[in-house]
Amino acid sequence: MNKILLIIQREYLTRVKKKSFVVMTLLVPGLILAMYAIIALIYANSDEINAKHLVQVHDESGIFKGKFHNKKTLLFADNNKPLDEAKADLKKNHDDFLLIIPTDFTKQDGIKILSESKPNFTIVGTIEDQMNQIASGNSMVKAGIDTAKLNAIKSDISIKAMEVTDKGVKDSSIGAAYGAGIAGAILIYISLFIYGAQVMRGVIEEKTNRIIEVIVSSVKPFQLMLGKIIGVGMVGLTQFMLWIVLSTGVTVIAGNVFMKDKGPEKIEKTYHKPGEKAPAAVTQNTTPKSPAIAFFDSLKTIRFAYILGCFVFYFITGYLLYSALFAAVGSAVDSETETQQFMFPITLPLLFTYILSFSFLINNPDSSLAFWLSVIPFTAPVAMMVRVPFGVPDWQLALSGAMMIIGFLFTTWVAARIYRVGILMYGKKTSYKELAKWFFYKE
Amino acid sequence: MLSIRNIVKQYAGHCALSDVSLEVESGQIFGLLGPNGAGKTSLIRIINQITAPDSGEIFFNGEKLNQSHIERIGYMPEERGLYKKMEIGEQMIYLARLKGLSRDEARKRLKYWFEKLKIESWWTKKVEELSKGMQQKAQFVATILHEPELIILDEPFSGFDPVNAEEIKDEILELNKKGATILFSTHRMESVEEMCSAIALINKSKKILDGKVRDIRNSYRNDTYLVEYIGDKLSFDGSQPFDVVAETANYDSNTLRIQLNGKTSNDVLQYLMPRVRINMLQEVIPSLNEVFINKVNLNK
Repeated sequence: MNKILLIIQREYLTRVKKKSFVVMTLLVPGLILAMYAIIALIYANSDEINAKHLVQVHDESGIFKGKFHNKKTLLFADNNKPLDEAKADLKKNHDDFLLIIPTDFTKQDGIKILSESKPNFTIVGTIEDQMNQIASGNSMVKAGIDTAKLNAIKSDISIKAMEVTDKGVKDSSIGAAYGAGIAGAILIYISLFIYGAQVMRGVIEEKTNRIIEVIVSSVKPFQLMLGKIIGVGMVGLTQFMLWIVLSTGVTVIAGNVFMKDKGPEKIEKTYHKPGEKAPAAVTQNTTPKSPAIAFFDSLKTIRFAYILGCFVFYFITGYLLYSALFAAVGSAVDSETETQQFMFPITLPLLFTYILSFSFLINNPDSSLAFWLSVIPFTAPVAMMVRVPFGVPDWQLALSGAMMIIGFLFTTWVAARIYRVGILMYGKKTSYKELAKWFFYKE
Repeated sequence: MLSIRNIVKQYAGHCALSDVSLEVESGQIFGLLGPNGAGKTSLIRIINQITAPDSGEIFFNGEKLNQSHIERIGYMPEERGLYKKMEIGEQMIYLARLKGLSRDEARKRLKYWFEKLKIESWWTKKVEELSKGMQQKAQFVATILHEPELIILDEPFSGFDPVNAEEIKDEILELNKKGATILFSTHRMESVEEMCSAIALINKSKKILDGKVRDIRNSYRNDTYLVEYIGDKLSFDGSQPFDVVAETANYDSNTLRIQLNGKTSNDVLQYLMPRVRINMLQEVIPSLNEVFINKVNLNK
């Protein structure tokens, strides 16, 4: 036991001390910091966007006069001064625009907007939209269509997803679950590969260095394999933990530095006790939600702790399951280039589920295929990470968890039997038949 | 010290060891000889409990071999190897701790050995920065750091230059003097004759010879003598008390290789003295090398 600890210690420390580990650990929070910087930059620019502009409308056609609606940042005023005078005024008021609408405004490039500075895209777009509406309204009136009636017929539908749970009805967001499912699947797929491959490389290194024989004269091969697997796994968990801690730290700091007074407005919440009738009306924000705020709101509907817990469980069990097999592959070969033939069948179920998760599983998280994939230990880590954000029945989670534990115990047992023989075989090209033989060797 | 009884080890398709029994006495330097593929490494691996025999038993100081003995054995495999990217000092301590030494004790002993072999500057070097011979030296230190009672060396001299080989040989002899039993396999016959007190010869999975070196050589002497004389070339008529095996003429002398048939060397001298001036009379004792080749060829 003491010796396993020694091996774990060595495997862990040599990897954590590596430069690549430090770089990887800092890279992710760094990227998050960069993301915040970009968002902050956009916010900073939005000040400019939010500056108020006055549009002097010089309307020669008479159709648009008085029909423009003032917006938050864009005010309209009729300007009946002669054109030259209006142009001269523009020089005095730097933020103003002069919109010139000729009598025949339908002519190509007939309408002009003049300003000291270049008018930005949004302003031009807003003006164009309004003019189109006014013009088409005008045409409709001419054609004898009642625009008031037409507006009443126009509908504006947006569905709000609600999820029925034991505790009542709560906000749900398909979009957020979708994102979390995909992110979870990608993350677990990549991390199983990265750390599994590290175990394999470690085994090959010991074999090609020939130190293996020295080590196994001190400890049992199984102890060495287990120590390596646990040590590398702990490196992975350390990395995740540092990522979470550093990212949270970065988020908090960035929030304070960049986002002062600019974060999403606080949304009033109403609570109700279970059993009580849900309030008829949920307090509504008076201002329409910006997409960014809506995004933050939908994130709140995801149970982060729950998903994180599932991720850690499926990472640990999935990692133990696959890294044992990776270790067996490493023991059977003399160099990394020879691993291909054994790697393919091992990674196939994982790859299959991974590909399927983007097309089928994410859209049908409760289908029977999804259920079976999340119960089979080889595919469960990816399949479950896709399903968990959508909510999985407890009994399925328990069954899948039990299967994962049985699964990794089984693969570890099989792998250990191959490993103990493989590590002492040099310079032989190994076939599957050979592996089977090794498996049945006596001690 | 080590009693190996009726070990059988079979790999799929071929037999690595069939019914091998050996006795290694405490304080001996025991040479394990045999051509490539004879089963030496298989036997050494079984003694180190890296693999287990199909049948047969091994006793270590009278106790049946078990995990607790691992810490009392030091093993240097033929295929030397260390972690390339790990610092030497740290690595040596790690390996010693795997053998049950405490960190402080390992550090203390390592200091002693590094000073003794004048390699203190290696402590923080990585293995890949050392030459092959240097790596071997480090590996030797790693093998003996935990002061094992039994030191098993597989081809200890391969890869060393003559100077370093001599240094390692002296260290082995010194360790032996301090009480360690040494078991090593080698192809270098001269080192066997210089160092070993007992040997075993393994060929094609079977032990074909074992015993003390002197006894073995004595049992292979067959009354062959070498004679060198000055004077006219002798011609023999059958009255001489020996058979002539070979005759060679040198620049100013002649050499005879003779076989005595029940007569003694004194009889030979008596016959030769009145006829020629004798330079030398010497019994020919077969070298282990000759015994080795002879035995292996017989078993073909």
